[in-house]
Amino acid sequence: MKKSLSATNNSLANTKRQLEILSNGIFKTELPTFAQKIQETQQFPIKPKKLEILQINLGYMCNQVCAHCHVDAGPDRKEIMTVETMKLCLDLIKKTTVHTLDLTGGAPEMNPHFRWFVEEAVKFGVQDIIVRSNLTILRANKKYHDLPQFFKTHKIHLVSSMPHWTRGKTDKQRGEGVFNKSIEALQELNKVGYGLPGSSLKLDLVYNPSGAFLPGNQEALEKDFKKAFQEDFDIHFHSLFAITNLPISRFLDYLIASENYEDYMHALVDAYNPEAVANVMCTNTLSVSWDGYLYDCDFNQMLELKVQSSSQHISEYNEKLLENREIRIHQHCYGCTAGAGSSCQGVVA
Amino acid sequence: MSKPYYDAADLRKFGNITDWSKELGEKFFDYYAKVFEEGALTAREKSLIALAVAHTEQCPYCIDAYTKDGLERGITKEEMMEAVHVGAAIKSGATLVHGVQMMNKVNKLEM
Ligand code: SF4
Ligand code: SF4
Repeated sequence: MKKSLSATNNSLANTKRQLEILSNGIFKTELPTFAQKIQETQQFPIKPKKLEILQINLGYMCNQVCAHCHVDAGPDRKEIMTVETMKLCLDLIKKTTVHTLDLTGGAPEMNPHFRWFVEEAVKFGVQDIIVRSNLTILRANKKYHDLPQFFKTHKIHLVSSMPHWTRGKTDKQRGEGVFNKSIEALQELNKVGYGLPGSSLKLDLVYNPSGAFLPGNQEALEKDFKKAFQEDFDIHFHSLFAITNLPISRFLDYLIASENYEDYMHALVDAYNPEAVANVMCTNTLSVSWDGYLYDCDFNQMLELKVQSSSQHISEYNEKLLENREIRIHQHCYGCTAGAGSSCQGVVA
Repeated sequence: MSKPYYDAADLRKFGNITDWSKELGEKFFDYYAKVFEEGALTAREKSLIALAVAHTEQCPYCIDAYTKDGLERGITKEEMMEAVHVGAAIKSGATLVHGVQMMNKVNKLEM
């Protein structure tokens, strides 16, 4: 199995190195920086709106090692959120306007306290609890086989990645055998009622391009996915979210190794859409890392760009201070504002 | 060092053709955009036609552009290659069918 950048001592495991690559070269000579670009339409600095979504990263451990992973997750990553930090997250939900909990990782299900945490969050009456499940984890080991039922019991909203409706493309990005296992998992989820037309058990898929190109029209892709999945496997799901790959971590490594970095950054800048800026996900979301630090989004978390505020840890959460912060931006933000825009919930403009 | 005739980065400058003839350039781009809108044919079908024609026209810029466009739409490489074969079949058919003209001419001229 492939390994994470951090296990192979790849220089890009160092976030400073990533930021250096993003800052230099073409952004000094040919392309405007993201900050310059949003200044053109008086959208600098980006300020947060009302906090609505808490995205919690339960750890970087994952049963997969996808080629594009912005988390650099994998079986060799040991970072895991503790119960103490989870309790701090629950306290935060109590004292804020958060209505959506977005649990991610790695594979969030691999955190040993995952089920406990979900059950507690349900007790708190959070409106929408999203679990970003990579699907294969549901078939990886017997101890996870009852998860579809667990999700159903707690009416969890599932959001799962699927780069293509064909085996070849999916396995190339996410690993040999991932497509078949994902199909099995989707069938299991359909069996308990997830994703069926009219079902309140929400099952959405996330599509991200399997290479150095941008996602096409979200609606058209959803149509093609639905047609192929229904005809080939009798599988149903609700919506498809198209997400642009951000040039960080393993995807950045791939872009550089395949000599696509410059073209890709040009493509992102060419597709820049000022209308997407107002709705990028950092404006209503806070991201909490496995060790309790606060970030504007999961991408900033992976670049170790903590919130620009003296309230940087969940143990010292201060609503006023955070409301007044400026969101930390860098060249990777072009990924959120290309074309129709892109966030964890798909297009934004 | 000698420069090749084609430079992939020139594709990004395609829009600049309006610089020296604004009206005609803009008319072309309006027309172009209209042609590729979803119509009786889907945008996906149009993309595959464009890819096939890009090959028969042997335009490296269009080949790059419509290969990328196809990937963005989720079109598979098998579908793309089939489209190229359609283009190739028409191109070779078009060459061969002119053989009839040649045959006619020979038949007319020969005793
Ligand atoms: S993309 Fe998701 S499933 Fe793949 S390695 Fe990263 S966290 Fe795991
Ligand atoms: S990368 Fe993060 S900070 Fe940048 S625009 Fe996207 S969500 Fe906002």
